[in-house]
Amino acid sequence: MTLLEHVPSEAQVRRSAYRRRQTVYSVLVAASSTAALGTLLVIAVTGAPGWDRVRQSFLDPAIARDALPAVLSGLWLNVRLLVCCAAGALVLGLVIAVLRTLRGPIFFPVRALATGYTYTFRGLPLIIVLYLLTLGVPGLRLQGMPPVLVLGGIALILTYGGYLAEVFRAGIESVHPSQLAAARSLGLTYRQTMRHVVLPQAVRRVAPPLLNDVVALQKDVGLVSLAGPIDAVRAAQIATAQTFNYTPYVVAGVLFVLLAIPLIAVTDWVTLRAARRQSGG
Amino acid sequence: MALLHCRGLRKEFAGHVVLDQLDLTVAEHRVVALIGASGSGKSTLLRCVNLLEELDDGTIELDGEDISDPRVDPDRVRRRIGMVFQAYNLFPHLSVLENITLAPRRVHRRARVEAEAQARELLDRVGLGAKADAYPDRLSGGQQQRVAIVRALANSPRLMLLDEVTSALDPELVGEVLAMIRDLKADGMTMVLATHEMGFAREVADEVCFLDAGRVIESGPPEQVLREPTQPRTQQFLHRIIQAGRL
Repeated sequence: MTLLEHVPSEAQVRRSAYRRRQTVYSVLVAASSTAALGTLLVIAVTGAPGWDRVRQSFLDPAIARDALPAVLSGLWLNVRLLVCCAAGALVLGLVIAVLRTLRGPIFFPVRALATGYTYTFRGLPLIIVLYLLTLGVPGLRLQGMPPVLVLGGIALILTYGGYLAEVFRAGIESVHPSQLAAARSLGLTYRQTMRHVVLPQAVRRVAPPLLNDVVALQKDVGLVSLAGPIDAVRAAQIATAQTFNYTPYVVAGVLFVLLAIPLIAVTDWVTLRAARRQSGG
Repeated sequence: MALLHCRGLRKEFAGHVVLDQLDLTVAEHRVVALIGASGSGKSTLLRCVNLLEELDDGTIELDGEDISDPRVDPDRVRRRIGMVFQAYNLFPHLSVLENITLAPRRVHRRARVEAEAQARELLDRVGLGAKADAYPDRLSGGQQQRVAIVRALANSPRLMLLDEVTSALDPELVGEVLAMIRDLKADGMTMVLATHEMGFAREVADEVCFLDAGRVIESGPPEQVLREPTQPRTQQFLHRIIQAGRL
């Protein structure tokens, strides 16, 4: 008998009706509790004694309009840096993670360097790495020194590469040894096993935490402004210094959130997909 | 001449002796079934032959070559040996076709078109042609294990090692995998199989070896070992199997 021909029993009809009523009831409760909380918040904030002054100094539409072009052009720098640094840090992290898995005495120095790197750069505050690279390295007065922006980008890549390397390594170690045994028993070399069997599975598994780090990087790229380049937050700071009004910061904050939404949405989607895959769906 | 010749194999894990002075000879086109309780060393023996485990003593010769010599390239040896695992160990991120063509393409450097044609032909022969583009998690356990056998066969091995290939399967799926092994025997494939399927061992094996505490205690034609075992340990083991209704 196909599904279409199935006539539900009386008990099932009653159950379905009850569940439908419950759904309508749940939606109503959710809507009214949201409305109640929203109203309370609006009253609490706008009714506060200092609300008018806060609104003037943080939410001034005219100042927001004036500051927007400068903040936007700063944000363009953030976006470009994010793309380059995310790509660089992902590549560096993957390379370091793979180097740390190499076995055999000949690879000892490589392994030690890779391990030392992850320890150092996960421990070192980003701001110090930035200062060392953007202020210290140019001080060497070497020929062909790249611009400060590139040096700042390198600082970001070094720091985030350390985090991402550990994420990749966790992924590599999560691939079951039986997968390696199967690959090696087919005659694949260690390198081929990594390339075709271990890494594809590892990267898929850690895609959600990797993207999470990229979201964090998105906020940190702005720190290059400490060395001079003007990013969105720095542009807002300049605008604020001219008007003594904090609205430009709010503009920059809103833009950052808007920029993060697609990235976060992708992260959630990838996480969901990974969870479904693991449950064998 | 013997295709596989193991002499005095010894393997320890953290002070526990798993293989102890083990000898095993397998002639070409013969099927040898390894039986024995869990922990008797069946799987370890197969993993040692495939160089997945390092020996603590003894020698293994394949086609007259000492493959237990540390100077031998293990990847080159494994290309001549096909191995199938209890848990299938298919690569979950690759389709059935990609699972099968991975080694032919990467190890044997065959052209993609050629490797895929060969894989499809092998799949068709075992009735899995329609599953070529499916991913392993969409297949039943029996189908996955048959794909795993095809994957090992795609390397055109001289010797097949089957490690309890039906132990993880639902009873109604065991038959299709055993049928495939039967066909392999008919094609003249040399096989060493660790198994708990005594009925199948009796039917398909030319020789049955009973392992106990890392040694071959008794070996011979299946009728003899399974019906009239001479060693008390073999008798005890088979008695328990019969009690469990598995023979």
